[in-house]
Amino acid sequence: MNELIQFDLSLIMPEIFVLSMAMVVLMTDLFIKPSSRWIIYSLSQLTLLGSTYLTGKDFAEETQFAFSNMFVRDGLADFLKMISYLGISLTFLYSRSYMKDRGLYRGEYFALVLFALLGMMIMISSHNMLLVYMGLELLSLCLYSITALDRDNQKATESAIKYFVLGALASGLLLYGMSMIYGATSSLDIGIISTTLFNHPTDHSILVLGLVFVLAGLAFKLGAVPFQMWVPDVYEGAPSSIAMLISSVPKLAAFAITIRLLADGLQSMIIDWKEMLLIMAVLSISIGNITAIAQKNIKRMYAYSTISHIGFILFGVMSGSLNGYASSLFYVASYMLMTLVSFAILMIMSNKNFECELIEDFKGLNKRSPWYAFLMLIVMLSMAGIPPTIGFYAKFMVLQAALEAGFVGFVIYAVMMVLVGMFYYLRIVKLMYFDEPKVKGKIEASLDVQWVLSLNALSLLIIGLVPYTFMEATTQAISLSLN
Amino acid sequence: MIEFKDFVFYALSFVLVASGLSVITSRNPVTAALSLVLAFFNAAGIWLLLQAEFLAIVLVLVYVGAVMVLFLFVVMMLDINLDKLREGFWDYLPMAGFIGLLMMVEMVLVFKTKEFNLSPVDDSLKSISNTEVIGNTLYSTYVLPFELASVVLLIAIVSAIALTLRDRKDSKKINSSDQINIKRQDRVRLVAMKSEEKYVKSKTKDRK
Repeated sequence: MNELIQFDLSLIMPEIFVLSMAMVVLMTDLFIKPSSRWIIYSLSQLTLLGSTYLTGKDFAEETQFAFSNMFVRDGLADFLKMISYLGISLTFLYSRSYMKDRGLYRGEYFALVLFALLGMMIMISSHNMLLVYMGLELLSLCLYSITALDRDNQKATESAIKYFVLGALASGLLLYGMSMIYGATSSLDIGIISTTLFNHPTDHSILVLGLVFVLAGLAFKLGAVPFQMWVPDVYEGAPSSIAMLISSVPKLAAFAITIRLLADGLQSMIIDWKEMLLIMAVLSISIGNITAIAQKNIKRMYAYSTISHIGFILFGVMSGSLNGYASSLFYVASYMLMTLVSFAILMIMSNKNFECELIEDFKGLNKRSPWYAFLMLIVMLSMAGIPPTIGFYAKFMVLQAALEAGFVGFVIYAVMMVLVGMFYYLRIVKLMYFDEPKVKGKIEASLDVQWVLSLNALSLLIIGLVPYTFMEATTQAISLSLN
Repeated sequence: MIEFKDFVFYALSFVLVASGLSVITSRNPVTAALSLVLAFFNAAGIWLLLQAEFLAIVLVLVYVGAVMVLFLFVVMMLDINLDKLREGFWDYLPMAGFIGLLMMVEMVLVFKTKEFNLSPVDDSLKSISNTEVIGNTLYSTYVLPFELASVVLLIAIVSAIALTLRDRKDSKKINSSDQINIKRQDRVRLVAMKSEEKYVKSKTKDRK
């Protein structure tokens, strides 16, 4: 019995470490002066370093279960967790001076983000619907309150309330769907659900009802059409640093639970969820790309671009093959790298008295700072999907998987929508290089931000040139966990 | 002929649904809160019928005893203008009602198939007390979600404090280290100036 518990605890070590460090951060904040908040910052970065070590130390070669099969540690989980650490670490770094300028550089911010990371790790590793829900709530509660952290900002508060109400509704839908699936299979365990459905293919009207609700909940968390209404409002209202957090790492966790629930638990119902995902994917790509053209606020534009990216991720999932899941995983990871740079440049261009929010603010960036203009160029090309950037390979792989699954017409449609999307990405490039700057003045950032940001943006290009290692890692992660 | 148990169930359910409706329709927020209390009592009654005594008692103790009392306090302290909250209710009603009705009809059609695969509770469990069974599973099978629930509560506390605690603008708080570190030149300014003629003259006048 004791050894069993020890084994369980050793598997969940990274989670325990993140949880305890979040509490250490919370307590340390009470005892230090506001001027020495760098201690909190370094502690948070150390946490991420430590958890990277703990996860990497025994990187899962095979699938291992703990806590009566609720918690799973496999290739997919460890891969996604590693990328999440990277994403959170970059978020902390990029948002540092932005948060300082706005008086939000507080211990609670770091603690809540670490708690959110814990929620994501639980979601990524959950093998039980109860745990999926717990992780999701852990993550969502943190995100709601971080959005409202800038209390005197009315827009931020409004968007936080909107996010909270709609998020609570979506959680309710997800939970209701789960209860239907529980009613039909009498188990919450994803593995047992999968085998029950495989062995007893019953008349499944209740299962389909549950599936619809589960998909609605998942689509909300991912931000797919027709559950996308919150995305632009929250991105616009929340401070840029928090919009960056919401748009980047949580998508990895949402992707993980989508894979676990659909590709693992409800595998036998693929005919049912394939069509539902198809509708959502096609709508997301069209509405995302077309509406983004009309936006004047760059954060809203990013939001609609996120929606279209989610559409592509769903394209990979609905192919229903290991190849499709792997390409979706590749897409979601590269999307995180892209969106982090895009928001980071937004934050570097803002300062204490100026909030870079409008697309016009990018006018003549090349004259103000050629290097940042170049980095932004890489991101925009990558988001648009122009070779040789990572975004091109991501789209290419996803569409290839969809093609193999036989969705020829829809793939052609998606490529056409990519062309539509190019308009608003390239418009930014045009503004940066061919227009006169509206605001003068240098753009300043601390040395570490400059270096890491450059590395991050160049990685989009470098991985785009040699994508094979990264591709192999994603394929391996998927094939290790789903077989 | 319906059994007595069925009769109790239907009575409790009827009051439950009626009080639930009254929660969302009553004009006075205090009435709404009290209706919710009634709804909780009826739900507890239904759980008692299902032989889940522990859950029933916890529902009454926690929700009725603690949560709703706090809620009532808040409702009484806040001055809520309900008419503003209800603005647009009738505008949205036709659309919302139509969609709600559609969903309900669909769900009823699905539930009529009776495909639920749940087996009745094991008879061997009936000899052990309810509380013991819950305690056993909560701390063995479900220990991880249980611990995570505690983290969720911690987050609720942290974010509630982070969102509401602020320094009072008129607070007379003293920072002692600032006081000790103060130097003379921060507080006293020595200014060289001539003595004023008028003042000297008027003084001499007074003496006369």
